[in-house]
Amino acid sequence: MSGRKRSRSARWPRRLAHVALILLALAFLVAFLLLPLATVFAEAFREGLTPYLEAIRQPEARSAIRLTLLVAVIAVPLNVVFGIAAAWAMTRFEFRGKTLLGAFIDLPFSVSPVISGLVYVLLFGAQGWFGPWMEAHGIKVIYAVPGLVLATIFITLPFVARELIPLMEAQGSEEEEAARVLGASGWQMFFRVTLPNIRWALLYGVLLCNARAMGEFGAVSVVSGHIRGLTTTMPLEVEMRYNEYDYVGAFAVASLLALLALLTLAVKTLLEWRYGDEIAAHAPGGH
Amino acid sequence: MRRRVLPGFGISFGYALTYLGLIVLLPLAALAWKATGIGLHGLIHLLSGPRTLAALRLSLLGAVMAASINAVVGLLVGWVLVRYRFPGRRLFDALVDLPFALPTAVAGIALTTLYAPNGWLGRWLEPLGIKVAYTPVGVLVAMVFVGFPFVVRTLQPVLASLERDVEEAAESLGAQRWQTFFRVILPMLAPTLLTGFALALARAVGEYGSVIFIAGNIPMKSEIAPLLIVQKLEQFDYAGAAALGVALLLLSFVLLVIVSLLQRWSNRWAERAA
Repeated sequence: MSGRKRSRSARWPRRLAHVALILLALAFLVAFLLLPLATVFAEAFREGLTPYLEAIRQPEARSAIRLTLLVAVIAVPLNVVFGIAAAWAMTRFEFRGKTLLGAFIDLPFSVSPVISGLVYVLLFGAQGWFGPWMEAHGIKVIYAVPGLVLATIFITLPFVARELIPLMEAQGSEEEEAARVLGASGWQMFFRVTLPNIRWALLYGVLLCNARAMGEFGAVSVVSGHIRGLTTTMPLEVEMRYNEYDYVGAFAVASLLALLALLTLAVKTLLEWRYGDEIAAHAPGGH
Repeated sequence: MRRRVLPGFGISFGYALTYLGLIVLLPLAALAWKATGIGLHGLIHLLSGPRTLAALRLSLLGAVMAASINAVVGLLVGWVLVRYRFPGRRLFDALVDLPFALPTAVAGIALTTLYAPNGWLGRWLEPLGIKVAYTPVGVLVAMVFVGFPFVVRTLQPVLASLERDVEEAAESLGAQRWQTFFRVILPMLAPTLLTGFALALARAVGEYGSVIFIAGNIPMKSEIAPLLIVQKLEQFDYAGAAALGVALLLLSFVLLVIVSLLQRWSNRWAERAA
């Protein structure tokens, strides 16, 4: 009896320490993550609903939204196909230089976004490798939509592959081999065995890839040239409005991107709760 | 041998390699090639300029400091989220990924507004003499923000699988709580902590979008290296921009090599503790 009492009283300082640690962690999360998010919406609605709606209905805002969607619609599927192909080769076969290939896939994550844009200017810009030839043939990449797409593809290239490789490695190839032995063609095996096995991880990768594709700023700003209505995606429109002191306008467009981020987080969390096992060992999603 | 049953090596490997070559490797080769255009003399002249040096120092030192802060705070947040149960835990856990999902430009203008002298946080810091917006401190704040999820997310699975009996054994042998933490838990976590540190570091070194708004971009004081690259491009100094880009890549590579050496050393430390 007395022993139990003593251990309970000995626990009190520890409980207090737990509560203190929890409060400290939550204080940081609130001040560092929640407040910036709240700021976006508070500033967007600072002058009420009408100016907000006007700001996102302006033609520049609309064309920025259209362009952002267009870039993502091209870049994301291309990186999905690449991600599946790379994961298939990396996890189902042995070959020399596999580690190197893996390192190359991860490379865009450790390159500054500004450099990701710069490399395409060096290739396709006026003084670039292919610049003069392209100018002679009337093809525009830099300060045009193709440049935006290329820079976005570069930045978001690792996302899908990175989600699929650890999962497919863990799953092994028994089921696929069985399908082949039972007479399935390559594509039958892929669509009936491989794809169903990786669908949630694939969706997870697409989600992260898309969020980054729509929100990318640094790489895109280098190749964009900031031509209003033609080469400004939503993040660039945010920047331009902010620099013109149109704060409500900037935060209004920013609030749409913040909503996209919240939606991404919600779906991502849902996927982790329901299909955590089928998404498996996901490394930190990168940026 | 068994793997021969599966089809598609040629097409998947060939496609992946071609795509990677065209999107990543060829453009990076162009970067390296262009950088040689200014010659060794030009390179030394460029890199020894006081403005370039100041910007590189801010990007590298700022990133190291931000990653260190993230290692400490990330350990705290990861620990609390894995070990303790409290209302709203899952919501806060989901919130950790916000910096991954929120576009950097949005984060940039939000942080600037928040820490401006009349902002929600700035108005409390200003009377204390702490200026964040438009100073190097602001650069640090933005770098901590973008790198925050890395440490938490790398630590969480390891924290969850940490054997509690080791801690209990240490305590039953009479170790104080803090002794258990510093002598047993921390050594076991160190390699993972360094992985998170390296990821946060790599991210912060090249960070642009979230930093340029809050930095104020005062030359020699709060100007980051990626911004100098953009400025060189705007002046159509392609070779200078490329050389600076290569320098930034090499410096962050050196930092990451140092971290991986530290990691090797910490692995031995972890083995000894276990």
